[in-house]
Amino acid sequence: MTTSIKQLPDTEQVLSGNGACGGCPATMALRIVGKALGPNAIMLLTPSCSVASMGMTPKLGYNWPGINITFATAGSSASGITHALEIMKEKGRLEGELPTVFSWVGDGGTYDIGFQALSAAAERNDNIIHFCYNNEAYSNTGVQRSGATPRGSFTTTTPTGKRQPKKNMALLMLEHNIPYVATATVAYPGDLYDKVVKAKNIPGMKYIEILAPCYLGWQFDMSDTVQMSRAAVRSGAWLLWEAENGKITFNNPTSLIINGKKAAEPVDEYVKKQGRFNRLLKGADSAERIAEIQGDIDREIAFMRERAKITI
Amino acid sequence: MKSLTKAYRPISWPMLGAGGDTGSWRVHRPVVDVQKCTKCQFCWAYCPEAVIDRHEIIIDYRYCKGCGVCAVECPTGAISMEKEE
Amino acid sequence: MKTAQVIMATGANAAAQAVKYARVDVVPGYPITPQTSIMEYMASMVENDELNARFIPVEGEHSAMAAAVAASAAGARVFTATSSNGLLYMHEVLHMASGGRLPVVMCNVNRGIFAPWTLWSDHQDSMAQRDTGWIQYHCSSNQEVFNTILQAYRVAEQINIPIMVNFDGFAISHCLMPLTLPPQEDIDQFLPPHKPEWRLDPANPSSFSNVTMAAEYAPFRQMLSDDIIASIPLVKQAAQEYKEATGMWDGDTIDTYRLEDAEVVAFAINSMAAELKLSVDILREQGIKAGLLRPRLYLPFPAEDIIAALPQNAQVMVLDRNYNFGHPGGILASELKSVLFGRRNDITVKNRVMGIGGIDLTRRFMAAEIRAMMDE
Repeated sequence: MTTSIKQLPDTEQVLSGNGACGGCPATMALRIVGKALGPNAIMLLTPSCSVASMGMTPKLGYNWPGINITFATAGSSASGITHALEIMKEKGRLEGELPTVFSWVGDGGTYDIGFQALSAAAERNDNIIHFCYNNEAYSNTGVQRSGATPRGSFTTTTPTGKRQPKKNMALLMLEHNIPYVATATVAYPGDLYDKVVKAKNIPGMKYIEILAPCYLGWQFDMSDTVQMSRAAVRSGAWLLWEAENGKITFNNPTSLIINGKKAAEPVDEYVKKQGRFNRLLKGADSAERIAEIQGDIDREIAFMRERAKITI
Repeated sequence: MKSLTKAYRPISWPMLGAGGDTGSWRVHRPVVDVQKCTKCQFCWAYCPEAVIDRHEIIIDYRYCKGCGVCAVECPTGAISMEKEE
Repeated sequence: MKTAQVIMATGANAAAQAVKYARVDVVPGYPITPQTSIMEYMASMVENDELNARFIPVEGEHSAMAAAVAASAAGARVFTATSSNGLLYMHEVLHMASGGRLPVVMCNVNRGIFAPWTLWSDHQDSMAQRDTGWIQYHCSSNQEVFNTILQAYRVAEQINIPIMVNFDGFAISHCLMPLTLPPQEDIDQFLPPHKPEWRLDPANPSSFSNVTMAAEYAPFRQMLSDDIIASIPLVKQAAQEYKEATGMWDGDTIDTYRLEDAEVVAFAINSMAAELKLSVDILREQGIKAGLLRPRLYLPFPAEDIIAALPQNAQVMVLDRNYNFGHPGGILASELKSVLFGRRNDITVKNRVMGIGGIDLTRRFMAAEIRAMMDE
């Protein structure tokens, strides 16, 4: 059973009055992650909104020891820390339970510039959790296109809407044969919590990607952050799944869509709620371009349904 | 010789209000109607700022940024957003 | 009491032996010629339990330095090594190590840089990292590589500044020379375990390198600049105490040869400076009062020691194995001139660039070059 909201622990690792925008989905997700990890953890960040949010020297808005590392190196830096802790414990210089080493990185630092180091850390199966909070753009620098930006979306570097689909990063991580991969989003905090608790207790490389609808980048009212997260899942634009030792299972409500028990909501509803698709909806070719977006979603659902059947 | 810079390593320490008194950012203020509230804790769970007491449903206005997620997510409509003076 | 042992070792092996003697905790590594054999030694030392450490086979030098920096922030003693384009690829993260005041020690096995590709030694790679806030040693023998790495840990951990130990590809890294390995106990006494005053610790959470406003950023940078210069007495002290512990001496900030009465002074770094001692002998046989001044420490540039060591009215022949693009000649000559300006107006500085891309620098060739420079 998924942990209910009332069962979530009191622990707060995100401190009130940090520098995040109001309604920030990354901070919302990090709060839940904090409840699952607790204080015995070391945090790595690369340049992203969460670095801007965490406060300026000498003030820190998170209750973890943390390091802001170079943009491309979340994977290798986390490896450095986890190996350091393990050997120092072996040599008797550290006592007690080793802290969880986790990266808290945006989609740019995961899909794009950080991909190489992350892929290598996964191939080495180093004992870390990599969280990608995915707001589908470089939101911190004012919303530019990333590898996670979906087709059709406006960013400041795709002024007429992105022409290519996003890549399936979580699946790419799964294909590194790591012990745990999961996707989550802020509308389902119990699901996210359970996945983080699971990851915390599995040795080796864990990857958890959290869809984080950014009202600034996606252009909707900030109070609708959770609504947008829910709409992404209900339309199939975001699939909730996890894979333990390579075996994929889908989580509710995605599992209902995958099993055909419930139809995914047509993507137009999801798209129309977001200003980032506005230009595309106004164009003469809007029908084709929405059909392209729907096509990407349908393909992804069909592909993941089949991929999950491979259990060897 | 001792390094002069030890105090000068770029280190930061956890504190409330690392971004300042962020309540001053607020344009709309969430107000809880205790009659309607069922203490389901949804507002607490979805609050990005950790400013809601989960048991008493009291909001810390010093830091609440007024995003309104709590009001939208409240299943009983117990939270309304009122314009700040 | 245990006695020292003498083995035949390449410079790469000497570096690896020093890392073992330093009881390093974490070694991220990535291959690049001519550094590769250091990482091979490190990997096999860890596999064979000769060294109780973690070897992290990263996917590139940028990640090697990132893993080193992060492991250092977690409280470990770390080592890595690179060459040439690998060092250039690290460039961004080198600043992270110095700005973060993390005592990383790294070997750079000097090799010319792309383009076009070259495999052989010159000093453009390390010189191109001049402004990264690292302390840089340059070594002229295998033994000096071993000795310097141990001294580098001592200095780096005292002042929280990363140190690059440079030596030439092939001439040092791949050539066998006798290597004296002192008893481990003597090294343990010289280099105590690493006890950082700050590390990533959940029991006392703090974060490192948040965004920093100018009012606080500027003093951080000022202090780094000041402390790099303030490391000079520590470098001297480390050399002295290492000598007391092991009996070995390579000079402290500078190394000199037949300098006291010299009228013509060869000024160079790395293995060519070892060869230059023989050039000095040749010139002396020809009746020229020649001598050598080798900055063992390139950064911080040991200005006061150089000013004090140069004989009156000497002609200094700076032999640069690098280009100072945009200026005539090489980088060492520029550094030296800036130091002497207004302090030693009696000194004449002449400069030649040589040995680029691994051109062999023999004693006779360099003696002839110095002779020719005298007539310029």
